[in-house]
Amino acid sequence: MTTSPTLIRPGSPPPAGPGTATRPAVRARRARLPMALTAAGLAVAAVLALPLVFLLIEAHGAGAATVGNLIFRRLTADLLWNTVRLTVVVTAACAVIGTATAWCVERTNLPGRRVWAVLVVVPLAIPDFVVSFGWASLWTWVHGFEGAVVVMTLAVYPLVYLPVAASLRAADPGQEEVARSLGVGRARTFLRITLGQARGAILGGCLLVALVLLAEYGAFEILGYQTFTTEIFTEFSVSFSVPAACALSLVLILLSLLVLGGEGMLRGKGRISRSGPLAARQMPPHRLGRATLPALAGFVALTVLALGVPVGSSIYWMVARSSHAILGVSLMSSALHTGLYAAAAGALDTVAALPIALLAIRHAGRLRYLLERSTYLVLAVPGVVTAFALSYFSERYGGGFLYQTAPLLVVCYAIMFFPLALVGVKASLARAPVSLDEIARSLGQRRLAVLWRVTLRLAGPGLVAAFCLVFLSVVTELTATLLLIPTGVQTLATQFWAYEQNLSYGQAAPFALVMIAVAAIPSYVLGRFFDRTAHS
Amino acid sequence: MSGAIRSRARWVAAAAVLASGCGLLAACGGSAASGADAQSITLYNGQHVQTADNLISAFEKKTGITVNVRSDDEDTLADQIVTEGSHSPADVFFTENSPPLESLQAKGLLSKVDSSTLGHVPAKFSSPQGDWVGVSARVSVLIYNPSLISASKLPTKVSQLADSQYKGKLALAPQETDFQPIVTAYLRAYGKAATQRWLKAIQGNASGHIYPDNETIADEVNRGAVAFGIVNQYYWYRMRAEIGASATHAEITHFAAGDPGYVVDVSGAGILKSSTHQAAAQKFLAFIVSKQGQEIIGDPSKSISYEYPIGSGVTTQAPETPFSQLQPYPITIAELGDGSTAIALMRQAGLL
Repeated sequence: MTTSPTLIRPGSPPPAGPGTATRPAVRARRARLPMALTAAGLAVAAVLALPLVFLLIEAHGAGAATVGNLIFRRLTADLLWNTVRLTVVVTAACAVIGTATAWCVERTNLPGRRVWAVLVVVPLAIPDFVVSFGWASLWTWVHGFEGAVVVMTLAVYPLVYLPVAASLRAADPGQEEVARSLGVGRARTFLRITLGQARGAILGGCLLVALVLLAEYGAFEILGYQTFTTEIFTEFSVSFSVPAACALSLVLILLSLLVLGGEGMLRGKGRISRSGPLAARQMPPHRLGRATLPALAGFVALTVLALGVPVGSSIYWMVARSSHAILGVSLMSSALHTGLYAAAAGALDTVAALPIALLAIRHAGRLRYLLERSTYLVLAVPGVVTAFALSYFSERYGGGFLYQTAPLLVVCYAIMFFPLALVGVKASLARAPVSLDEIARSLGQRRLAVLWRVTLRLAGPGLVAAFCLVFLSVVTELTATLLLIPTGVQTLATQFWAYEQNLSYGQAAPFALVMIAVAAIPSYVLGRFFDRTAHS
Repeated sequence: MSGAIRSRARWVAAAAVLASGCGLLAACGGSAASGADAQSITLYNGQHVQTADNLISAFEKKTGITVNVRSDDEDTLADQIVTEGSHSPADVFFTENSPPLESLQAKGLLSKVDSSTLGHVPAKFSSPQGDWVGVSARVSVLIYNPSLISASKLPTKVSQLADSQYKGKLALAPQETDFQPIVTAYLRAYGKAATQRWLKAIQGNASGHIYPDNETIADEVNRGAVAFGIVNQYYWYRMRAEIGASATHAEITHFAAGDPGYVVDVSGAGILKSSTHQAAAQKFLAFIVSKQGQEIIGDPSKSISYEYPIGSGVTTQAPETPFSQLQPYPITIAELGDGSTAIALMRQAGLL
């Protein structure tokens, strides 16, 4: 690939996720690479590499023989098969559900679009272990592969919905009109033009889903489904051997490299063309007509399954089960801490994603492309590994500095969920055409002032969306939290876990419900954000 | 358009204010818990939260020493202590089973427990080197659902779990530290080759019913998803206390006296060498094996631990087989070790 600054080749890496199609084609000149931006980008990438460095150090410490024994055993083939088939099936299911719901909400006259726009996002806010627990406690068949497919699809499809909805909203309606006026049928227009426009966003969403699945633990533990990540946890828990667990985690990294490579190859073939967002305009929604009822039924069914079952079973357990009180912090206190940690991590990630996203969009080049892509790997690293990594570096090089304090926990969250923020930030920056920057600079504005007064203002809503995505993920995080949370403090997730471990389902349930309520706020903001951009 | 830009600007401003405010508050949230002084200790708790909570509040009331608790899976905590090394914030490590303590002892991370504390507990339940003290005990049992399998059809020896008649009926939680001791006992009784064959066979029989923990086995057997499984006795008692006798459909029974499946597991506590609060930590250990501490464990009206107290002559008040009447397989704590041989064999058999 050439790094010529004057051409955008079709094969050059486009931004991931929402708004891919909105990248202005007018970007003709690449701005000179600013030193400060590069330094900031490298610093962020270096912090994100900490878990990977830790894995390599520990695996090296374990020795080739141990690593070989762990990797080349009968179980590995099963784990590989389990992990791969689940990732493929769930990613495909999420792509279909996420795209279909996004199209209905954004492009049709579906009744109650504004309500659905919020409801379809909320499942992201329900912790995986609550979802699996809800399903598994109600039906025995929810187990193993089928159970894992159902539960995970319902838990993570919003990761596809969100970018696709944003992309459909921003896409140029002119192309569809042209296609239709040239006599192309409805279905073909949808397949060729609409899906084509959303293709980058669909792939970006699928990438997130696949990586999140690789690192998933809580749900599979409850469902009795073995993947590499559950095996890594087993390794942590039965053998008292961190090095062995880390050696096994390297297989996950290899798998996520494959996922990243695959996504890059698929994406590379797409072409993107569109005028800038300033030319965006409303298009009349498709009339669903006779399809209205089936579509509504689909949305109701999805909401019942993804939202109703976990919420309903939580309420059921709260009411139906007597419980033996154990001491615990109050709902208020744990909700407050959960909210604070999540907000801090969301803010940190949104800021940290800026340099990487700016480099990737405004200064595309092979090395910067690799830099940006490398930051996705961390999403496939199990949370407990990242927590152990920070614990290791704090102990080894910092004399225990910041260990088990709120700042380090927030940094841990920020590392774990950085790619979620990056997707949002990149998409929103792509909406701010570089030509505006250039105009502002030609009017004598300083670079930082331009960033603040032009770029960030245009990208603002997308930054809030990035913040919210990280917020949602932090609210439901458990395994890293247990390791790094300040002693004596509880989050909603840790308190839920403590009660659930003691079979105090009745006491656990309110924490699950508050967790959903806390996370519903950013879900609402996410839903409203997409709604707002349409009506502003 | 300018309106749109203005409204976006408000979003940015709101986000910035929110972010900075939250960052500040989050930092405050952390500092509140970190002020540890001489009159407080940090407990890494791998025991059930209820059991630990009841002991801690009584200890705090009695001594005025504050106990900061971190609860997690006992094995993860052991890994964490190793990773933390000399800067570990932990003073005391309290576990459900002996292997995590044995593993820390082997790495030289535990300091000696006061001999007066060790004296409250029969020597066979504590570390032979005196690095940790036994606190309570449990015994492995069969949990079964009489509507799926009658008591007379149940195995009386753990070796019979390998019989083909139990295919699809058996539930196991091989990841739980409660299961390894049975494998270690089997290994001691029958040797390596027989253990390998047995593990392979039970892996096949339990296929589809391999669960992550004992709570799940108890729950699944109770609701009839699987006929029977192996757990420690207190999971059944705790489940019954939680859901009530009328909703409890499962029963428990022991293996034949002296069978390798009939194993006593010991919960224990040790003090970290790196602890800077050795005296207060010793007081905590002394308290939990004292009469008062042991009564909290043994009396269902004080805690729903349902474990057997083993110190200071206290006996369980729960309606279960008295500890003195148990006839377990004679295996020592040292022979149970850190379970690494059992784990290697379970891996070979595909159970892990």
